[in-house]
Amino acid sequence: MNEEEGIVYSKENHLYDHIRFAGQRPTQIGVSKPRIDGVPKVTGAGKYTGDLKFPNMLYGKLLGSPHAHAKILSIDTSEAEKIPGVMKVITAKDVPDLKYGISPARWDENVLCIDKARFVGDKVAAVACVDEETCYKALKAIKVEYEVLPAALDYHTAMEDGQPQVHDEYPNNINTEIHHKFGDPDKAFAEAEYTRTDICEGHRTYSSPIEPHSAISIWKDGKLTVYCSSQSVHYFQYYIAREFGLKMGDVHVISPLVGGGFGQKLEPTGLEFCGAVLSKLTGRPVKMFYDRYEMFQHNRGRHQGHYEVSSAWKKDGTMQAVKVNFITDGGAYTSLGIATAYYAGGLLPLTYVFDHFQFDLLRMYTNLPACGAQRGHGAPQPKYAFESHLDNVAMDLGIDPLELRKKNVRKPYTTTCNGLQIQTCRLGEAFEKLGEMTDWDKKRKPGHLPKGRGIGIGSGSFVTGAGYPIYRNDWPSSSAMIRVNEDGTAATLYTQAVDIGQGAYTVLCQEAAEAMGYCYENMKIVAGDTEVAPLDFGAYASRLTATCGWACKRAGEEIKAKILETAGFMLHLPPEDLICVDGVISSVSRPKVKPLTFSEVAKKYFIIKGPLVGTGVYTVPRLGGYHKGAPVATSICYSFCTQAAEVEVDEETGEVAVLQAWDVHDAGTVINPALMQGQVHGAFAMGFSETVSEQVLFDDKGKIINGDFGGYRVITALDVPSFTNALIPSSDEPSTPWGLKEIGEGSNNPTMGAVRNAIFQATGVSCEKLPMSYENIWRAIQKKKAADAAKK
Amino acid sequence: MTTNYITDRHGIRRYMVTIEVNGIEYTRVIKANVLLVNFLRDELDLTGTKKGCELGDCGSCTVLLNDRPVNSCLILAIECDGMKVTSIEGLAETESLDIIQQKFVEFGAVQCGYCTAGMIMSAKALLMKNPKPTEGEVRAGISGNLCRCTGYINIIKAIMAASGQEAAI
Repeated sequence: MNEEEGIVYSKENHLYDHIRFAGQRPTQIGVSKPRIDGVPKVTGAGKYTGDLKFPNMLYGKLLGSPHAHAKILSIDTSEAEKIPGVMKVITAKDVPDLKYGISPARWDENVLCIDKARFVGDKVAAVACVDEETCYKALKAIKVEYEVLPAALDYHTAMEDGQPQVHDEYPNNINTEIHHKFGDPDKAFAEAEYTRTDICEGHRTYSSPIEPHSAISIWKDGKLTVYCSSQSVHYFQYYIAREFGLKMGDVHVISPLVGGGFGQKLEPTGLEFCGAVLSKLTGRPVKMFYDRYEMFQHNRGRHQGHYEVSSAWKKDGTMQAVKVNFITDGGAYTSLGIATAYYAGGLLPLTYVFDHFQFDLLRMYTNLPACGAQRGHGAPQPKYAFESHLDNVAMDLGIDPLELRKKNVRKPYTTTCNGLQIQTCRLGEAFEKLGEMTDWDKKRKPGHLPKGRGIGIGSGSFVTGAGYPIYRNDWPSSSAMIRVNEDGTAATLYTQAVDIGQGAYTVLCQEAAEAMGYCYENMKIVAGDTEVAPLDFGAYASRLTATCGWACKRAGEEIKAKILETAGFMLHLPPEDLICVDGVISSVSRPKVKPLTFSEVAKKYFIIKGPLVGTGVYTVPRLGGYHKGAPVATSICYSFCTQAAEVEVDEETGEVAVLQAWDVHDAGTVINPALMQGQVHGAFAMGFSETVSEQVLFDDKGKIINGDFGGYRVITALDVPSFTNALIPSSDEPSTPWGLKEIGEGSNNPTMGAVRNAIFQATGVSCEKLPMSYENIWRAIQKKKAADAAKK
Repeated sequence: MTTNYITDRHGIRRYMVTIEVNGIEYTRVIKANVLLVNFLRDELDLTGTKKGCELGDCGSCTVLLNDRPVNSCLILAIECDGMKVTSIEGLAETESLDIIQQKFVEFGAVQCGYCTAGMIMSAKALLMKNPKPTEGEVRAGISGNLCRCTGYINIIKAIMAASGQEAAI
């Protein structure tokens, strides 16, 4: 990429100046304000979609295919329709046949299967009944005649000739194929003093938000209203309107409280599509929902992959080139997986500097549940392979793993070989700090830690909002509106942003209050609603605090300007002489002038001019290179982090205990320290759970055998290790409001690598396969013992 | 368990149960297969108790049954006839929040909030029995409640704080 292209930010954050020059420190941000939705959540008063009821409401369920791959020969719904209380049964003939998915080239999923079912659980029919119990009776009574087809269950071999074809339109089951080359990797490898290749195997995981998906559809008088567990009301609105040929304005999507998303609630499901049709046909509201097993079947969780990583080095530990060759298991549909595919390699050049990079990937269709976006989108497993590989390199070259990382660490204000533009970066300082916190040098000395103990490190980086929207459009990514109440005692923030638990509503209100010179405590928010709030793309890619934050800041600044103008009129002073902080307006030049309160000025404004409203909008500037797939992994700003884990391994049994874990983050300005901590804890814990325990398992027919929390083991309060996290504070990131950075996803990037590398130091055993369960570690230990014995 | 039932014209029995929920007696006529969680949510509109798995694995539906924590998705409402149930809506005895609720807000122990009601009810049961638990006892006390957002750390801190102690983690 030409270095002169792209956005040029000055290294000073001018947007911060008005605060600095006014001698004012922010008062509403950088403070652990209590969550705006905290009390409703601890009292049980808060409503999630599944808690809502409407008069005359019906209940609906989807019928899933029992076969991983089967032709649908016939569907007989007559018996089901005879059951008292069954109001409607629908099949493919009752719904639009327009395919949907993330992008036109990958629209591959039907509302209900037309010709064949492609995984166990693929949606074949749907029912609406007077109650839930009747739904299950109806589902049992639907007779579907299948012709069972051979299934492609192993993504490693799905591309081979003669394998069952999941979609006729995609030969050899190749859903996405990526071949990126930057610089001259072949030359760099040929001339390198040292090269190495490692292969790691990932595993299927699913984030399992505790709230199962629900949707309530009400199609009445040509208008469709959908309450749903959604991370992006706009994306749902767009795709639902498209599917039914409705105007977007006639589709009203509302996201009430959402019980965790992690990526799995980013796209509409059969619940919204079939619920809409059932509501239209019955004229009644229809509530549809997944049970826990159906959540696992619907999936859209983490892709598993086969990760080959090679790198070329100078003997002194200078990284020169990287080649990665990945095959990933996409499951039966694209979902958001094309983005996952590009992220898998696209994010790798962020943390370390190398000039030559080759990234090849095949995302395979298989007859398994579709995979999509999960926290850390596409990054954690490739990062695990890459960080494991780095420790192998460090061992070969005789360099300490932390030193090796420091030597090759990303520098600020640089552009990666694949065109990602980085402003601030304090990963180097984070490595230094982690070294001190962990007592790294001492613990890595041979013989210092007792037998079976080890410490390992990993690093990560993540986008602060994706550079491009998830479907092609020209909209700005975020907008917001603030309306101050006529008496000035409260202000309401309106935006389509969605709080899925990460605390967006709290943080956005803090940002708005800060920009207004107002108090967070007086803020209200109306959000996650396409009809009452202005556009925002929603909660994904760790974007809201930055992109919607910009919109809130700008809306707030407009309010403040109006307040200062009115106050200037009231005080006979120029507005430039006034400051507005914490809801108090005072004069800089005449400190003895009695300050005005925000509310009295706002009231005066209303009397003279009517509603006091501010609006803000933010459009991500054009980013990235020009190659195919260049938009994915671009961002206005990147966070960086590093983690270490100290483990104790029982070499007899393979049992591993993580004794302590550390995280150091380059997270820029922190808006709400308590919520920030919560994000780091949560991302680490999810990463840790995936590392040591979680895995979705299938039988040889493609049916999930552990689709519940008894079999799919997420960590409990007993399992989470002692964890310390620290920040490298800064406020000079120029691309984001107040110089903030993302925090929600970067923290599960390094975890798998850190734990693997700790086990590697403890035992010399390389865990090349996820999860690092006791069994897999034990097997790796046996493998090494056998290899060592063979050497002798 | 109640034996007081009527039979409808399809031969299905409906039982009369009286359950004291959050200090108020409710009498309802229900089918035998109604789960306690659905009794609370559907019959009484007390939707603060959440359903996460309906298999007794996630703990979101934890309520106190005669002051003992139970998964209300594993108990039939007819088994609770004559018993006392406390759900999240009945936790605070006055208009102000219970100390556990206060500490959950204060310590950032709430994110998406879906596990919160069950988590708080388990904590309540623990502190009623053991007002000064160790950190290990807190971890064990909520080990039947899954949370995907918080990594449990702030939850453990909040419960320790509610018992007047500081957590070392």
